[in-house]
Amino acid sequence: MSEPTTRKLMLFFPKCECEKPIIYLLVKDYDLVVNIFRAKVTPEEEGYLVLDVTGTEENIDRAVEFIKTFNVQVNETGKGLTWDENACTGCGHCVVHCPTYALHIPDRSTMAVAFDAEKCIECLGCIRVCPYGACTSAF
Amino acid sequence: MKTYQEINDRIASGKAVVMTAEEIIDYVDSKGLQAAAAEVDVVTTATFGPMCSSGCTLNFGHSKPKIRMTEAWIEDVLAYTGLAAVDVFMGATQLRHNDPANMYPPGEFRYGGGHVIADLVAGKELQLFALSYGTDEYPLREIRTYFTIDDLNQATMVNPRNCYQNYNVAINRSEKTLWTYMGKLEPNAKNVNYCSAGQLSPLLNDPLYETIGVGSSVWLAGARGHVYAEGTQHAGDCERNEHDIPTGGAGTLALTGDMKQMLPEFVRGVSLVGYGVSLGVGVGVPIPILNEGVLKRCCIRDEQIVAPITDYSSDYPNATGNVLGHVNYKELKSGQIDFDGRQIPAGSLSSYSKAIKIAELLAAEIRSGDFLLSQPYVMMPADTNMKPLKVRDKTT
Repeated sequence: MSEPTTRKLMLFFPKCECEKPIIYLLVKDYDLVVNIFRAKVTPEEEGYLVLDVTGTEENIDRAVEFIKTFNVQVNETGKGLTWDENACTGCGHCVVHCPTYALHIPDRSTMAVAFDAEKCIECLGCIRVCPYGACTSAF
Repeated sequence: MKTYQEINDRIASGKAVVMTAEEIIDYVDSKGLQAAAAEVDVVTTATFGPMCSSGCTLNFGHSKPKIRMTEAWIEDVLAYTGLAAVDVFMGATQLRHNDPANMYPPGEFRYGGGHVIADLVAGKELQLFALSYGTDEYPLREIRTYFTIDDLNQATMVNPRNCYQNYNVAINRSEKTLWTYMGKLEPNAKNVNYCSAGQLSPLLNDPLYETIGVGSSVWLAGARGHVYAEGTQHAGDCERNEHDIPTGGAGTLALTGDMKQMLPEFVRGVSLVGYGVSLGVGVGVPIPILNEGVLKRCCIRDEQIVAPITDYSSDYPNATGNVLGHVNYKELKSGQIDFDGRQIPAGSLSSYSKAIKIAELLAAEIRSGDFLLSQPYVMMPADTNMKPLKVRDKTT
């Protein structure tokens, strides 16, 4: 058995696939631990799901193939929350309101703002507090 | 003692010694004040943040046939037309037509005058729509067209109030979240927000207005600008600490500069949820080291500058003047301050990293001989105060 690993997945559900209990099957058939950040799954509408899955590499790969059989788009590189470094002026207003310190000031002498995407849980709090529109959501 | 002329001669010959207001602190520490004052010609200061009293005058030139604009909108943001036929004034805090504002609070305020100004500087193509009642010599009654800043004859930024010498540290002691021009303030005093570049800020390095006055040349978002007046709400007669630093707002500058020379990085549209729109502007101000006293005041450190903690849930809106205490910028920049025996997070609306960049850009321009200083011809008053607006009956 290989070591468990965690991968972030962004799923887009076309209109017709929303009824299928995909997440349940990921847990039951592929032995994955799921941690859902954001979801919008409404019958008769397109939906999305942003989640972390933890399990063996093989199981995650198989699970991704399984999800794709439902005509669900799987984005393994895309971020639901994007921080635009050029739009950011580095004021630091967001930093206080970021619960996981994904937005942070690494060096208090230069006060430049940095974004650690790995730590972002997509609470979207930064989108409202940024005066310069530096943070945007993919959906 | 040096004169403006001597300093400018050294700049023009490429020999000027220039440092930022951050670099000068350690330099004077190691060299001593006297030696450093003889050697250093200019110290550069800077700030970047929302500058609410901002706008611009634009001249469109004349269409065929001509129109005398009486109402005008740029990207659906109302511009003031009571100037001349094709001159308009765009204010930074003007909302876009049909913006619901705070009808469903807190409003988002996605676009307004500040964004128009930023888009112009960024070279974007914008829509002009204007109406007129028509006259014999200006017969056209309606116009809709598209333009960029290059199509304009003049695009001149005016900031009636910029570079606030010092500013409030905002806190919220009520039980509901506040959305203010000082950002999001969590209830029950859970955070504070400040807005100053502290030891890099122009008027904190010249606290007694010895060198910065009407006529001083400034770096306004990359353009050569100047101080055209004391800023609105300038109040030099204020409480000062042992370093001559005002313990509250105090002095302000009115600035102007050519938008065609500006850099988009330093002109940004601002959307403050629940408050409105504004303009983020970067400013650099050179301070000529005329004597040891001027240099000494440029060595101000964050820990020597204090700002008043003000409750934006009650004291600020009701203009009580009450201050909950003072905190220095070293503590504020650490990201945590002590308030009522608790550590609470401190956020900023002013970008210190941009201020550093501006101070360095301006220093490089002066070193290269490109940027000359100008001697102010009117000094800013240190003996005037800010008057309140009284609500009263007609007296005559």
